[in-house]
Amino acid sequence: MHKLTPLLWGLFSAGGTVAALLFPAHMFLTVAAYPYGWLRPPSYGYLIHALHSPWVRVYFLGFISLPLFHWAHRFRYTLYDGLQIKHLTLLIVTVCYGSAIAGSAFAAYVLWSLP
Amino acid sequence: MTPGLNSTPYHPRWYRRRVSVWWWLESRPYTLFVTRELTSLAVAYFAILFLWKLDALSAGPESYARFLEWMRNPALAAVNALALLMVLLHAVTWFNLAPRALAVRLSGKRLPDWAIRAANYGAWAVATSLIVWFAERG
Repeated sequence: MHKLTPLLWGLFSAGGTVAALLFPAHMFLTVAAYPYGWLRPPSYGYLIHALHSPWVRVYFLGFISLPLFHWAHRFRYTLYDGLQIKHLTLLIVTVCYGSAIAGSAFAAYVLWSLP
Repeated sequence: MTPGLNSTPYHPRWYRRRVSVWWWLESRPYTLFVTRELTSLAVAYFAILFLWKLDALSAGPESYARFLEWMRNPALAAVNALALLMVLLHAVTWFNLAPRALAVRLSGKRLPDWAIRAANYGAWAVATSLIVWFAERG
């Protein structure tokens, strides 16, 4: 675990940056601008065509995976501080990083099995 | 006399003040700190929501139309609005703290905090414009 600590902080940092730079715009479009008709949503065909590019797939893999690791690392310490349950480290670490790994694997599967 | 000969075999109990689980509600800076830390939940929420969107896209046009319909569900829209606010709080606090995490030196002189902050907000503006531009080309 101690050997992994620098890597986990690196993923936390990368994920935090991705979420800060890219999430507000994507989120605004997906949950507000498109559903309420403020902006015209891109067509299904355009999105699938764009997702054929390996670069776009890698972009969305990082877009989902890195912020999940950001959450895993930050939420782990929030649980330690907020609920004072540091003695449950093994359980917390397994659930947090395990979910991030599972989510990343599912994202890779979805992105590579697109039509 | 040998040092330590008179020491008792019992370790004195540490003095530790009990801290309530609600310590972070005791003052504004603590509450802000924990709110900032909890933005990670909104970040994870949106990563999963986007995964749902990609999964719906991969399942075909009808499935994607159903996803768009779900985004108009009032209960989900309320959760999404709260998550969007938390993600914005994450972005702002992240950029404002960047000068604390990043010491950039140019020809031996450390860049002032405002320059690093400005670079971060500039990158945010460029990224946002590019995302909207790519999306609106479709």
